[in-house]
Amino acid sequence: MAMSQPRSATADVVVVGAGVVGAACAYYAARAGLRVAVVDRGPMAGGTTGAGEGNLLVSDKSPGPELDLTLHSLALWEELGSSLDADAFELERKGGLVVAATASALETLRTLGTEHRALGITVLELGPDDVHTYEPHLRHGLAGGASYPQDMQLQPMLATAHLLKAAVRDHGASFHPGATVTAIELDHGGRVAAVRTSSGSIATPAVVNAAGTWAGDVARLAGVDVPIMPRRGFILVTEPLTSAGEAPPIRHKVYAAEYVANVASEASDLQTSAVVEGTRAGTVLIGASRERVGFDRTFALPVLRRLAAQAIDLFPFLAGVHVIRAYVGFRPYSPDHLPVIGPDPRVPGLLHACGHEGAGIGLAPATADLITSALVGAAPAVDPVPFTPERFAVASIAGEANG
Amino acid sequence: MADEIVFDGRTVPVLPGQTVAGALWEAGIRSWRTTPVARAQRGLFCGIGACFDCLATIDGVPGQRACLAIARPGMVVSSRHDLVGAASPGTSATPGPPSAARYDVAVVGAGPAGLAAAATAALGGSRVALIDGAGQPGGQFWRQRESMGEGEERGYRDWPVFAGLRSIVEERVDHIPNATVWFAEPGFVLHTTAGRVEAGRVVLATGAYDRVLPFPGWDLPGVVTPGAAQALLKGSGVAVGRDVVVAGAGPFLLPVAVGQAAAGVRVIGVYEAGDPRGYLGRPGSIVGVAGKVREAMAYAAALARRRVPYRVRHAVIAAYGEAGVSGVDVARLDNAGQVVAGSVKRVTCDAVAIGYGFTANLDLALMLGCATRVSADGGLAVMVGGEGQTSVPGVYAAGEITGVGGATLSVVEGELAGSAAAQAAGSSDPLSGRELASLRRRRRRLRAFADAMHAAHAPPAGWPVWLEDQTLVCRCEEVPYASIAAAVTDLGASDARTVKLLARPGMGWCQGRVCGYATAELTARLCDRDVRRDDLATYAHRPFAAPMLLGDLSRPT
Repeated sequence: MAMSQPRSATADVVVVGAGVVGAACAYYAARAGLRVAVVDRGPMAGGTTGAGEGNLLVSDKSPGPELDLTLHSLALWEELGSSLDADAFELERKGGLVVAATASALETLRTLGTEHRALGITVLELGPDDVHTYEPHLRHGLAGGASYPQDMQLQPMLATAHLLKAAVRDHGASFHPGATVTAIELDHGGRVAAVRTSSGSIATPAVVNAAGTWAGDVARLAGVDVPIMPRRGFILVTEPLTSAGEAPPIRHKVYAAEYVANVASEASDLQTSAVVEGTRAGTVLIGASRERVGFDRTFALPVLRRLAAQAIDLFPFLAGVHVIRAYVGFRPYSPDHLPVIGPDPRVPGLLHACGHEGAGIGLAPATADLITSALVGAAPAVDPVPFTPERFAVASIAGEANG
Repeated sequence: MADEIVFDGRTVPVLPGQTVAGALWEAGIRSWRTTPVARAQRGLFCGIGACFDCLATIDGVPGQRACLAIARPGMVVSSRHDLVGAASPGTSATPGPPSAARYDVAVVGAGPAGLAAAATAALGGSRVALIDGAGQPGGQFWRQRESMGEGEERGYRDWPVFAGLRSIVEERVDHIPNATVWFAEPGFVLHTTAGRVEAGRVVLATGAYDRVLPFPGWDLPGVVTPGAAQALLKGSGVAVGRDVVVAGAGPFLLPVAVGQAAAGVRVIGVYEAGDPRGYLGRPGSIVGVAGKVREAMAYAAALARRRVPYRVRHAVIAAYGEAGVSGVDVARLDNAGQVVAGSVKRVTCDAVAIGYGFTANLDLALMLGCATRVSADGGLAVMVGGEGQTSVPGVYAAGEITGVGGATLSVVEGELAGSAAAQAAGSSDPLSGRELASLRRRRRRLRAFADAMHAAHAPPAGWPVWLEDQTLVCRCEEVPYASIAAAVTDLGASDARTVKLLARPGMGWCQGRVCGYATAELTARLCDRDVRRDDLATYAHRPFAAPMLLGDLSRPT
């Protein structure tokens, strides 16, 4: 399937980035009848996609545009699950369990739950004993929790591969790993004309910037600024705890209520909160940390220690379980923590699909749906305005006027 | 009454100093772990702590390597791997008090290179720590039983060299045994299972372990690496089987076969895939390394005396058996490393020791950011300058991790690196200019010899042809060849990292130590290209150099 040379020198759209967002954009655009070429400087899923947990969460999002987009996206994932083979990318409707250690954390959780229910999301309020029915190995003495049966998990690298495979095999797209974009060429009218890569040029009227944490670099090639920055995270991986067919010791995605606050936080210093979940391979994944330290890939032992301690605090048995590896990734975040999706009015033909922070796996299909609607001139399924790229330009002008 | 341990309710006698694996093997127990996916039986494989196939629950702590754990009388060993509600945390590691002292030089690994580096740096006046996972110095090459009897050292090569280095180390170096470095931080802080060690300079001498190529049946109990056979014999005084096949490639097969034969085992044959007549007959590569050639000749003579057949250009291409290996297919190879049609013969045996050279143990080098290269044997090695300096200031490397080359070269490299590290620490140069010049000359000759040796003992080009679709490539995650192939041909992976992300080879307990080379090679072949440094490096990068209990990780040492 992989080709090192662009198969055709022309395309209706070139997708830059073969992570889960780029793969979804390629699949939806190709399915809509466009000739799509996907280019990536590395292999598929080589950036943030390959460093995530594969969460598809509604539970961690406050009411607002991101939650609206998420609800649409989860419905699309369900659809993809039936059209592409959910088992192939390990799509699991496992449900999320948010636990609160203190009465005040539980209070916050209850308030959010009420808001969620008003939007039609299923939320089950759990008391201090109920949580053990869901997760028998949770420690005792928690204040309570909330169950979110709609939260799902998948294996993000496999999902990316299957989306790309379907785009290429069933819908005529081409995929070019190892092709670094060196220029985005504009015509005299300032419209996108071609994408130049390290392995050839592709003439195209449209470019989708799905370069994730590196989307700012790609935007700059077209002469525009998109403020996407990296937020580092580590994940610890345990030894496999179960044999095939056995019930895993941790059944849901379990996380501490503080996680919701951390996700939305503006703080640049280190934040950690326990996020613990099993995988089909039998391992347990332990997160989550957030730090703004640029692209430093060094494993920071104090952060890893905190992740371990917080996970043990939720599940004491984990103290006697081995960690066998860890991985590091960079969430692409924007100043208002919303993704950047849609046409860039500054450069006709340039569209952005980036800045999903830690939610890119979940938001990939809805993002691709919005992008494809914009490409073919169809009505968007979700209000695209909160995600428009020009919002930062406006904000910075307003900021200057006020300053 | 003899000393005993209890294994799954049955008493097993142990000799002083034997490992748990050694005691079980002596009692005829070849497997004590059930794999999670296929529920297959596993036991000893690499024998030196790299493969994690021999995991057992020891005194209530699951996930212990039976090949490393010394059997203490009364120990309770279980094949069960109970996780939830398992032993209290903190039992596998006993962090000592944080060391207030900061060393000039910390040497990691007490094999030939590490001992030489530590001794040399100490002679220069540096304050030196020598950190090693084993209870006694010597590494794999000079591995001994904990309580060795009078005269037993006669079985070892270059024992006087070891004895000399050991006495310097005993006198002048802080030897920290039973300490596995699981994390290294710049500056340098080494986190070990016996506490933390700080040093201004680090010499990495972390050695190597056997490199194995997958073949049908290689996951049967009784198929082990040559290193495992050797470790069983040297470390526990246990022969690997009654009727043993020794196979693979490289000069290490010779001492392994001689050792087994001397222990009274029937060595059915030594099947060498390469052809050492190539370099032994090339005078240019032999100048200055006459000792190496004499050594090979002596082993060959010992094999001949015991009427052990030594066949070059032959390979074991499949193993058979029910509960354990009971036979292998041996094939003749042509000059291109492909099986000669009609040459396959079934050979009956109850153990196979098979390996194709060695894989360098690069965890710490990569953790500290040292640049690597593809070495003459096709594996990954640390890039070093003339004095063993790596691309990271303050980090030196010596021995097999700079490119596999044997114990003599390792000692030379250790002396050079130890001297350079001591000098950088402001100590006096322990070596005279003449000594240094002579060491550099010897290193050049030994390295040239090693390169010629690698060319003659290269893994046979035809090995991927031996694989069947269901042959496991990754033993830990039980990933068959078909899944590796599908990741490339069906899902479009174009590099070994993507294969890992899509098919899970290298994701399990051993973290790619065993399957890394094979997966990188297979990926490259499936993509119709040569293997690249990044294919190999993706299986060598490990954030933790050893598994840690989360409870231990959570507590600062």
